[in-house]
Amino acid sequence: MIEIKGLTKKYGSFYALKNLNLTIEKGTVFGFVGANGAGKTTTFSILATLLQPTAGEAWINGFSISENPHEVRRQIGYMPDFFGVYDQLKTEEYLDFYGASYGLDAQQRKVLIPQLLELVNLAGKRYDYVDLLSRGMKQRLCLARALIHDPSILILDEPASGLDPRARVEMREILKELKAMGKTILISSHILPELAEMCDSLGVIDSGELVAHGSVQSIQERLQSEKVISVKLAGPLAEAVAFFENDPQVSQITENIEGRTVQFLYKGSDEDQLVLLRRTMASGLPVLSFSEEETDLEDIFMEITKGVETI
Amino acid sequence: MKELLANPVLIKEIKLRFRNMKSFTGLFFYLMVMGIFVFGFINLTSSVTGGGFFRPAESFMLFSMLSYIQLGLILFITPGLTAGTISSEREKQTLNILLTTAQSSFQIIFGKLLSSIAFLLLLVVSGLPIYSMVFLYGGVAPSQIAVIFLFYFLTLLVIGSLGVMYSTLTRRTITSMIVTYGTTIFLTAVTGFFLILTVTLSGAAMGSGISPLSYFWASINPAVVLLTLLEPGFNDEISLATGIPLPLWVSYSIFYILIFIAAMWLSVSRLRVNMNKYR
Repeated sequence: MIEIKGLTKKYGSFYALKNLNLTIEKGTVFGFVGANGAGKTTTFSILATLLQPTAGEAWINGFSISENPHEVRRQIGYMPDFFGVYDQLKTEEYLDFYGASYGLDAQQRKVLIPQLLELVNLAGKRYDYVDLLSRGMKQRLCLARALIHDPSILILDEPASGLDPRARVEMREILKELKAMGKTILISSHILPELAEMCDSLGVIDSGELVAHGSVQSIQERLQSEKVISVKLAGPLAEAVAFFENDPQVSQITENIEGRTVQFLYKGSDEDQLVLLRRTMASGLPVLSFSEEETDLEDIFMEITKGVETI
Repeated sequence: MKELLANPVLIKEIKLRFRNMKSFTGLFFYLMVMGIFVFGFINLTSSVTGGGFFRPAESFMLFSMLSYIQLGLILFITPGLTAGTISSEREKQTLNILLTTAQSSFQIIFGKLLSSIAFLLLLVVSGLPIYSMVFLYGGVAPSQIAVIFLFYFLTLLVIGSLGVMYSTLTRRTITSMIVTYGTTIFLTAVTGFFLILTVTLSGAAMGSGISPLSYFWASINPAVVLLTLLEPGFNDEISLATGIPLPLWVSYSIFYILIFIAAMWLSVSRLRVNMNKYR
């Protein structure tokens, strides 16, 4: 379980992280989404005891990061967004070194290493030099390394970044397996759909602040209180824009001249929407189609972060 | 002790060091420099004196020069081996992972220092056969060699700990290298210069005898301390002139051990961020 209270990191007058409050229950997969520089890595670095917060506190399985960082390190498996590997060290030796770093004896390491390599699909690379592995393999090896001391919590900072689609799928499959093993996983990405299918809940972070958090569905619902409606017209768009502008439930109208479409956010109910459609038809506008757009998570993310910027 | 030596960082570093061709070429050149010097010196001396003699007094001179060459090599190599230990991990982006493991900061620093020291000791020990040439001709007691090797050990331990400390405190290896070499130069050349300066000034001011400040500069200069180990009579002269009876090597040991402790303490306490400091 991870508990975060009022976590803040300030560089001069710039807030890299502002008053973050969050509780992640045991066995949950929590996705942390945000644009580059939003504060994801800062949060993870603090939780991994690598960065000192300016204020606030966090507990990992009940151990305070400020008072008991040594114990926190035993509780977590941390995978940074950028990492290097040692030259001239073989895959097996790489894991052996980190196993020894967590105090595992030689016998335990001997048993664990082949199992972990199997888990991350690197069994065939056991005697290969680490620096010669591909990026995807290195990422998977780093994940195996993070698992070597069997931590109950995994903190994975952009584990799929820079991977080709195939490697991404492989990484996702491994993460699903870890989820099935009951690990609590805190994972970040700047690409939301990548996380959605494997996460139990999501947190959206923007400019150091958590702007939304909850289950994937609740975030989706929260935004879907405003529907995106597209109206395709056979004639000029200006008249349609003027017409929709008059409706108080319509906002953010955009024109797509090439596609001859007017798009807007609509916060009315289904009944209101029916009334609007009737009024549109009655107004004599040359409507070809009137449809509700499917919003995907990417749009939601863009919407949430855009909202914050305008505040 | 077993626990100290079963240090994962130490084992990994030694493994990596001996997989690296650079270590072997380094060893080769180290021995080559010493070898060329010894055989060259013997050859030169015996041809100058004619008839191919090599007297014990000359053997002692060879020993002294060899000791200085080895000291020079140690002072030259130690910063290069230690000043990148932590900063290079930072540059290669492997440090963060290492710091999130369950190893204590002391274990990491100690493992890093010990692996470099182990290689330096290998260099020094591998030079022993060349030293043994000196014994063939007499003039040097084995106990003297033992004392000098202990002196080397202390010196490389201290310079090494300074290298590791700078490497921990600075972000970049290049900065750490410059500062470590700078400190080494200070401890050898600058203190030597101050020694000459204070001896000259106090000689002019006090007529006979030299100021205790000269003793201080002499006691922290490895080259001067090595001289007193090679020629114990020189130590008596310094004691007489400065009025400080403590042998230079004792002061040297105390001063260098204090530096070692301070450097290790700083490295260990600054390796990781203090998560509790903001409270």
